Parts: sequence; structure tokens; C-alpha cells
Amino acid sequence: MSDVADRVKKIVVEHLGVEEDKVTENASFIDDLGADSLDTVELVMAFEEEFGCEIPDDAAEKILTVKDAIDFIEKANS
Amino acid sequence: MRRVVVTGIGAVTPLASGAQNTWQKLLAGQSGIKNIDTFDVSDIPAKIAGLVPRGVGDGLFNAEDHVSVKDMKKMDDFIVYGIAAADQALADSGWKPETDEDQENTGVLIGSGIGGLPKISEATELVNNGKTRRVSPFFIPSCLINLVSGQVSIKHGLKGPNHAVVTACSTGAHAIGDASRMIMLGDADVMVAGGAEAAVCRLGMAGFAAARALSTGYNDTPTEASRPWDEGRDGFVMGEGAGCVVLEEYEHAKARGARIYAEVGGYGMSGDAYHITAPAADGNGGFRSMRNALRNAGVNPEDVDYVNAHGTSTPLGDEIELGAVKRLFGDHSSKLSMSSTKSATGHLLGAAGAIEAVFSILAIYEGVVAPTLNLQNPSEACKGMDLVPLEAKQRKVNVALSNSFGFGGTNASLVFKSV
Repeated sequence: MSDVADRVKKIVVEHLGVEEDKVTENASFIDDLGADSLDTVELVMAFEEEFGCEIPDDAAEKILTVKDAIDFIEKANS
Repeated sequence: MRRVVVTGIGAVTPLASGAQNTWQKLLAGQSGIKNIDTFDVSDIPAKIAGLVPRGVGDGLFNAEDHVSVKDMKKMDDFIVYGIAAADQALADSGWKPETDEDQENTGVLIGSGIGGLPKISEATELVNNGKTRRVSPFFIPSCLINLVSGQVSIKHGLKGPNHAVVTACSTGAHAIGDASRMIMLGDADVMVAGGAEAAVCRLGMAGFAAARALSTGYNDTPTEASRPWDEGRDGFVMGEGAGCVVLEEYEHAKARGARIYAEVGGYGMSGDAYHITAPAADGNGGFRSMRNALRNAGVNPEDVDYVNAHGTSTPLGDEIELGAVKRLFGDHSSKLSMSSTKSATGHLLGAAGAIEAVFSILAIYEGVVAPTLNLQNPSEACKGMDLVPLEAKQRKVNVALSNSFGFGGTNASLVFKSV
């Protein structure tokens, strides 16, 4: 797993208070990890902070799974 | 009108977490006031406060016992304290509504004087430093006053009236009084009611210090700082925490065999219409609030055994309240006992009336009244009155009166009766 994936996963575990093994790449924040709409806003803020990038609202709306987040950040940082 | 009784109590205070833990320390003459070591007070003249003792173990407050780490960031401390006090009161009452009907007949009315001041300061700093995008989506619900009631209702599935009171230092008493009326009028059979506060932060301390309301002369001897009616008093001491009671319609409580601590006998309110922070000099507001509560309870002044005073340890307020009590009770004022438990807890602002209601209820239930600490040199006006100096006192209490007076000239008095 990439460095970005590890860091994303760690943030999800911390912010949503879920078990590490539940945070698979295909896990949906809302459907699988118990997040509500405010939780997802906060998650995106935590990603911005961790990776020093800005995630515009329209992009943030499309980040629904762990994989979506990893892909966006890897693309933004490349 | 339907009768309302108290069937559960909860408290998170500078003395301890838990109503009984707090009560035992209070009766033992302990103080919860200490030097503030959680933030910088070097530029604030008042450097002490009543702080909730945190940790793991009996009597210590462990937030994670009540709120998950994930949810903690969604609420400022006053909400966490309020949830904890409500959890305790509900557990104590044994009331666990599970059917739709029971849940819909159980409501929540917990207030706060100030709400999430610490979170407001933190978020303001972000915004003022150009970091608006860093403001948490949980910021607003973390500091709204009615979110104590909201969070408690969500946690326990309480679908009855969901309300909140904001009347400065009268909040806790108003919440319990208003909630009892909701039961009397049939809006609910059970109400979780009380107050919560956690405004001991730089902004809160600076604000009250600027109003010249806080004690500043006892920074080196914090446990001596809150000294209601004593000649050496020089202001109140900030406190934090929460108090909650479970109020229940009498027949409802009897039918399920609940323990009944006391009855909510009466509730009185008044406005000073005088000044934003100072009490009316003639004590008329407090006098009318107490008189209205006694009238509402249908008890005569000579029936009152114990008064839990507002008694904040300010030079002005203590004497004015004393004068109002003397005027209302006349000769009987020498026969009742009156104490200020703020001498041990500090002033919990919006939670004060709630924890003091708990202390008044326990005075009835256990036949002992809590002391006024540090009352070594009572002022001249105290002559002939039993202000329960320094040590708790055994005495049978059938009727107790609890006073709360707030900024804006808002007054509330509660009467509790033995059942």
C-alpha cells in the first residue's frame, strides 16, 4: 500500500473511530463506516491538513470512498 | 394540578463526579477550588476556579465513560458535563423508556448560562487568522446551548419536549421549575432537567474579571476564596460542571416503585428591572421570587427549614439576599438554616441552580444541611442567623428553598418538600 493510502487510512480510523480492518479501499464513508454528512466534511478538512492541498467543494462531494480520497490526493500531489 | 417528584439526581462538580460523591465531600467540608493550570492566567487578575477533577477512578470525571472519543469533538465541555449528569440522574432513577409511548412522554430541559465559550474562542482565532476553511463542521452544534438537551435526547431516545433555558446564573433553577410545570400541565410524565456550564477559559475569566465580579485576593489560598457573608469576601469564584434531576409525575413514579427523594413543591420567578449585573439594592427581586415560590408551594414562611442561598461571595449580593430573607421570614429567619454551597464549589453559573437543587433535595432526603465554608468573620447583618458556618449540620428538613439570581435581574426560587 502506498504512503498516501496509509496516511488516509490512519485519518479515517482516527476521525470516524472505526476499526482499522474495516477501512478497506472500497469502504464507503457513509454506508460502511458510519459517517454522516458532517463527518465527511471534517474528513476532507483533515485530508487537506495532512497533505497540504486544497480540496474544492465540488471535488469533495465526489469523495465517497477511501479509494476516492487516495486517488484524489495522489493526483493532486503528482 | 399533577404533582411532581424527584426520582433521580446527577452532578458533575468541582468536588467530584457523581451526586453522592459530591455530597459526601461537601458535607466533609472539602473545597473544589484550585489554581488554574490548564491555560495561561498570567494576564488575568483572577487565577483560581472550581475545576472538575478529571481522571479514572471513583469520584473522578472520565469523559469517555459518557461520550465516545469520536463524538467528543462534536461538543464543547459543557455538553459533555451535561450528558454525564443526565446519564447519572437517569441511571439513579431507574427510568429507561423503551416503548414509543414512554419515550414520547419523557422530555429534556437542560440549560446553560453561556454555552460553548471555549470553542467560540478557538474558532474565532482561526477565522481571524485567515483559516476559515479550518472551522469544523461541528463548531456550531458544539457550542449551541440547547444541544445539551439535544444530545441527551439522542443518547437516551427521549422524544418528549426538548427545550433549553438561558437565564445566566438562574438557568439551572429555571430549567427545573419550567420542566416541573411541563409535567404538571401534562406535556410529559418525566423530564430530565438541569443546567451545565464550562466557561472557565481565558475568554470567560477575562470577561468576568473585567466586570469586577471575581475574587482576586485569594490566588495563593484558593480554597479560602469563596467565603459568602464573610467580612473578607471579595467576589465570586468561577466554577464548572453540571447538575440534573429526573422529575416525574407522582403517580407515574409510585406505579413503578421508584425511589422518591422529594417533591417539587413550588416555583417562583421575578425580574429586578434594575441593572444588568447588580442586584436591586433593596433585594426586592429576590424577595418576590422567594415569596412567589412559597405561595406556589402553598407553604408558610415558618414551614421552611433550610435555604440554599444564591450566596456567591460578592460584597454586594450576599448582604442583599440576606436582607430579603430576613424581610420575608421575619422572626423565623433565626430558626431556619441557610448556607451557600458555592463556598465549596465556586459559582457554576448556569449549572449552579441545578447542583444546588440537588443539595437541597439531599438535605431533605438525608436530614443534613451542607456548610458555608470560610465563614469565619460573619458580617454584622448575619447576627442571629444560622448560616451553617464551616461544618455540616444534622437537622430534619421538611421544606427547602433554593435561590438563584442572574445577570439581567432574573430570579428563580424552587421549593422542595419531603414526601
